[in-house]
Amino acid sequence: MRTIKSLSLRPMSTGFTLRNRLSEQIQEITKCDPPKKPTVDPATVEHHSKLSNKWWNVNGELRALHALNPLRVQFVRDGLANVGFKVECPYLPLKGIKILDVGCGGGVLSEPLARIGADVTGIDASSELITAAKEHAALDPSLDGKLNYIETVIEDYAPDNKETFNVIVASEVIEHVNDKELFLKCCISTMKPGGSIFLTTLNKTLPSWLGGIIAAENVLKLVPKGTHDWNKFITPAEMQSLLETYGCKTKLIHGMFYNPLRNEWFWMTSTAINYALHAVKRKRQE
Amino acid sequence: MATFMKMVANGDILSIALKKYKCFIPNGSILVSRDYSISAKNHENYDIIITGGGMVGTTLACALANNRKLECKKILLLESGRQFEYKFEEKYSNRVVALNQQTRTLFSSIGAWQHIKATRYCTVQKMQVWDACSDAMIVFNEDYLTKEIAYIVENDLLLHAVNKQLTDKENVNVIYNSKIENIKLPKTLEENAQIQLQDGTKYKAKLLIGADGVNSLVRQTMGTQYVKWDYNQMAIVATLKLSEPTENIVAWQRFLPAGPIALLPLTNCLSSLVWSLPTTEAKRLLKVSEEEFVDDINNALWKVYPKDGIVESGMRALQQLLEGLSLQTGVIKQLQPSVSAIIEGSRAAFPLQFGHSVSYVQTGTVLVGDAAHRVHPLAGQGVNLGFGDVTVLVQLLAEAVVNGAPLGDMTYLRKYETLRQRYNVPMMFTIDALHRLYKGTAAPIVLARSLGLQLTNAIPVIKKALIEHASGQIGNR
Repeated sequence: MRTIKSLSLRPMSTGFTLRNRLSEQIQEITKCDPPKKPTVDPATVEHHSKLSNKWWNVNGELRALHALNPLRVQFVRDGLANVGFKVECPYLPLKGIKILDVGCGGGVLSEPLARIGADVTGIDASSELITAAKEHAALDPSLDGKLNYIETVIEDYAPDNKETFNVIVASEVIEHVNDKELFLKCCISTMKPGGSIFLTTLNKTLPSWLGGIIAAENVLKLVPKGTHDWNKFITPAEMQSLLETYGCKTKLIHGMFYNPLRNEWFWMTSTAINYALHAVKRKRQE
Repeated sequence: MATFMKMVANGDILSIALKKYKCFIPNGSILVSRDYSISAKNHENYDIIITGGGMVGTTLACALANNRKLECKKILLLESGRQFEYKFEEKYSNRVVALNQQTRTLFSSIGAWQHIKATRYCTVQKMQVWDACSDAMIVFNEDYLTKEIAYIVENDLLLHAVNKQLTDKENVNVIYNSKIENIKLPKTLEENAQIQLQDGTKYKAKLLIGADGVNSLVRQTMGTQYVKWDYNQMAIVATLKLSEPTENIVAWQRFLPAGPIALLPLTNCLSSLVWSLPTTEAKRLLKVSEEEFVDDINNALWKVYPKDGIVESGMRALQQLLEGLSLQTGVIKQLQPSVSAIIEGSRAAFPLQFGHSVSYVQTGTVLVGDAAHRVHPLAGQGVNLGFGDVTVLVQLLAEAVVNGAPLGDMTYLRKYETLRQRYNVPMMFTIDALHRLYKGTAAPIVLARSLGLQLTNAIPVIKKALIEHASGQIGNR
């Protein structure tokens, strides 16, 4: 995508060269082999795919992820309320909202969002996880027609789905993404102006290395070894400035803390380890 | 547009078409088509099944249906008994409950309180507890500053009021005379709880709530550890006529060596008796003539027990100390009423037990009320603990719904268990400890409890904390 931007700045003499260059660049962008995707790290996809049969075991290796649901669903609900969304049906607080869950994995967050009324599209690069997600969703008839899982990556999905969604959710995803700029840019392009993006991830700090990797992977074994790579973590400030670049104003950044003894997450003021961020896409005239 | 450009650029329409096909078409047809017919044929499907249509189970069904976040849930209430029909009688029932503030709030919120209010109930504005073996006593709300301490309501009227509210709830289905043959509990969140009745009908639900009382079948199926002991005591209940009409607003409780006797106000001339006694003694009192029974009650309320010298001097020392600290040294003791007669045929007794289920929940299964815990009636808290369960469970299930979690999700059920056990367990053990403390007549024990009672009475902070806990205000977040 970045290449297209640079292309437009160059003086172009003939239609022929344009066609040629365009073809090269588009080929590069839309190549379908997962290993070459700029946002996706094949090792990460493989790592998570291996967990596909454990994804829905609420007491298994992904229990901390399951335990995060109350907080992140609340974050989406309250975030939408803060930007003026009115709940009409008390038991379907997200009725009428179209959500894109980027990096949905086995659908741990997609399902609850769909259950409270949203039309959810979940995308993930791993075919195993998409299969697992579909199989699990099929167990609950109330989700019928509310959930749509697609095996794709955001840079492939975004061009055909511009300004389609009210809400983008990328929860515990961006810390696995290689090209964060492209990732956010593509995410935001699928969002309607005035829409909200909700992100949760790990900060790039010493506590996040100690807590998120050393403690969680090696000592307490809360998440499988090799789940996270500290170098790919991103600070709230970096994230905020990237979002700003692509036309999103950050509304709220909030820290989260995990208590492994009770398998429970809490909100806290410090964003040193985990944080959640809510940003709103500017309307055109703004 | 992007697709078009791709085509122009590559000139490879076929591969794009294939790619598109691969990526989008299969997923475009949303999810896999499902076949519910097999399961639907055998089992009638509900969101929540409640076993036990007693006071707690019925109130729970009503409170769930009444919550706007849960109004979409299909609820089945299974009651093994016949449909309860209330007939108003001038004569008071001998089974009454003392509801605390929190329980009353619950009834107001489900709209049942208006029916109770329109019929009859009695408020308790003051409570006097005293020891037969010493002069120690404690009075709650002697200045009438706080709201009412408790509301005395007949069990039948309460159930009737809730049933009346329940008839409007379209999403609740009640089945009477339903004898449960078999229960299968879910092992994972994806499974359903299944119930088969003796007539062969089968039901399934995401959440099974056991409100089926002390011998809960749901609890037995869960296989949870149940701690219980017998007090070898029985509680005698009866409706009493007072010797003379008074402004009957006080709940009286006297600790006798054999067990506590309590009078709860019903009207200006009537009170309800709850008297805990050793089983043999209780059985004897059930057989004696009504006149003799009345004499025994008056005796229990008035008889002067020999006081121990050590206790007397200990109490005097405390009194001097309290005076020195200018704390309350003892309130004016209001004289307890005398009983002139009992309402014919109102005498009855039931055995007293302590029981507590070590866990209240497992995936897709919850216990409420007596199914989870049973206490000695000496503090009048048993039913309030059950209604407290109802309040908290409804709140947490509503939270689960707006968070998009399945109803059987342990995150919320475990929270319910933690909140309720944090409230119930101290209450239950305090009541049990009180029972043990007041059983004896040995001087050191009498002295200790008398000093404790007097000190509690003298220190407003402790007294306030006690009364708040009993009204259900603490422990529910």
